[in-house]
Amino acid sequence: MRTIYFIIWKEFKQIFRDKGMLPIIFVIPIIQLLILANAATFDIKNIKVMIIDKDNSSTSRLLIAKYDASNYFKLVGTTFSNEIADNYLADGKIDMFIEIPANFERDLVRQNMNKMMIVVNAVDGTKGNVGMNYSTSLMNDFNQEIRQKFSTINTTFISNTEEINIIQSNWYNPELNYKIFMVPGILVLLVAMIATFLTAMNIVKEKEIGTIEQINVTPILKYQFLAGKLIPFWLIGMFELAFGMIIASIIYGITFVGSIGLIFLFAAVFLIAVEGLGLFISTISDTQQQAMFIAWFLLVVFILLSGLFTAVENMPGWTQNLTYLNPIKYFIELIRMIMLKGSGFEDTKIHFAVMAFFAISINTIAIWRYKKTV
Amino acid sequence: MKTIIETNNINKSYGAVTALHDINITVNDGEIFGLIGPDGAGKTSLIRILTTLILPDNGSANVLGLDIINDFKSIRNEIGYMPGRFSLYQDLTVEENLKLFATIFGTTIEENYDLVKPIYSQIESFKNRKAGQLSGGMKQKLALSCALIHKPKLLILDEPTTGVDPVSRKEFWDMLKDLKKAGITILVSTPYMDEASLCDRVALIQGGKILSVSTPQSIIDAFPKKLYSISADNMHKLIIALRNFEFSNTVFTFGETVHYTDRRNSVIQTGEIMKYLQNNDLKEIKINEINAGIEDCFMEMM
Repeated sequence: MRTIYFIIWKEFKQIFRDKGMLPIIFVIPIIQLLILANAATFDIKNIKVMIIDKDNSSTSRLLIAKYDASNYFKLVGTTFSNEIADNYLADGKIDMFIEIPANFERDLVRQNMNKMMIVVNAVDGTKGNVGMNYSTSLMNDFNQEIRQKFSTINTTFISNTEEINIIQSNWYNPELNYKIFMVPGILVLLVAMIATFLTAMNIVKEKEIGTIEQINVTPILKYQFLAGKLIPFWLIGMFELAFGMIIASIIYGITFVGSIGLIFLFAAVFLIAVEGLGLFISTISDTQQQAMFIAWFLLVVFILLSGLFTAVENMPGWTQNLTYLNPIKYFIELIRMIMLKGSGFEDTKIHFAVMAFFAISINTIAIWRYKKTV
Repeated sequence: MKTIIETNNINKSYGAVTALHDINITVNDGEIFGLIGPDGAGKTSLIRILTTLILPDNGSANVLGLDIINDFKSIRNEIGYMPGRFSLYQDLTVEENLKLFATIFGTTIEENYDLVKPIYSQIESFKNRKAGQLSGGMKQKLALSCALIHKPKLLILDEPTTGVDPVSRKEFWDMLKDLKKAGITILVSTPYMDEASLCDRVALIQGGKILSVSTPQSIIDAFPKKLYSISADNMHKLIIALRNFEFSNTVFTFGETVHYTDRRNSVIQTGEIMKYLQNNDLKEIKINEINAGIEDCFMEMM
């Protein structure tokens, strides 16, 4: 016991003395949380649009005004020339353009219908789609308005408004605030990164600078040495999580619907699992460079398969099956469930069971592979 | 006399490279045993096997009567080891390092202070300095203190004096002599042939094979030939000339002179060599018969 305590004491001494590592552990996560949560947004705003107004009537100007007033669009300008709009689109100066044909208003009044063309740059599929959807709903609005306007002049505009009205309501995240959705996930990433990297690097560093040779010749037991290594980073991981949650609630005003205790309970198991992963990485690498590369590679795979940025449900079947092996996915799912929906232990016990299984199996393999020889 | 280390036909290879080939040595109680050989001779491999850090491919060894494979845990409790590379925590202070190793061995600095005192007291005034900021000589003293903190019966040192200045080297050997007086058996490896005479017995090792095990004096006494130290105005020409001499046996540079042995066992006329060298346009030639050192014995055996 005294030995473990001493190794932990030594580890903390070394961490706090390392002028390079200290900021990495404490400052960078904050910065990442501040920046990443804003960068990782699916809200698409400021779609750059140009309107080719060949009609130049009050109706066409009404439509232009609607685009101009919308938060989602940024009206780059109007023109009479398709060629200019084409060039702008090709140069990436605009994301889409709308062509209002000549005599648009006249034909609309006469024939009670008319056509417009919307051209969207679909290189960024999501942005193109969203731009298209926003445009459709904007057009619907516009339709309603001109219907009312013209029905007072021309009786043929019979106001046949839709009989079924769809009203949307978003549960658990009523304002569709992506930060509420993203921040818990980013918290998980930070904790996972800190725990995996620090554990792997720390042990490999001892190999690299040779201190492990001196330690290995001592009667210290494997479990004492490893416990002394894992416990400090476990504590730092828990601290990071608490720290991140405080930042999340102060800066992003995120409230925790469910039990915070349950999140920490899960984090406790999760940290053991990812530290086991770090330990395993350290047993298969001889230099910090190798460890860094392996850890980074695994984390990128885990992050992309975690459902943080893209919904797991949208992935092909075999990829979805792969995500069952991803510890980060379970924590992201669970923290969102608890923080946003207020799920309890009953709803998350599968997550707990799987994570406990990960923690035990990864550590068993890692400890079995860890040898007190050079 | 009690045997502290005994090895039986130890072999070790790394892939195609044979690091150790049928090593048989015995180290007796209370002696300073030197493992002497050039870089890559297999010294570190042998030491790592004896300190239970690596396993031999085959063969067996006993350290303090304990088997290196089955009783490795007990061996680790009993021996003090100082690796060739400084392997203490550079970001911990002198005192913290010592405390850490005392704790790992389940003891305290106070308990065994009398053994480490002569060494530790020399660096105690720097006890709050980080180990990484110590000078080379002080690092050695700290490493030795850490290796001694649990009162080991056997101290194993892997090239402790490599890269250390001559003054610190002498100091270090004096410390080893004091430890020997305190009853500790010492196994030390070194690439410096001149340190052989400081050991009680030495094993000469080269290419993974033990060439000879004996006291330094009997190794020197066993030198079979007469040895000449030859110098001239042009070193390079001198070596080439001697190597081409019809009776030359070994020709090695040794500082500013060349050590030469002849193939003939009979009495050698130095005048004959002198004449030969003069014919090769060499000037200021000096030829002296000298006593062999360990290095000459080593070269002779290779």
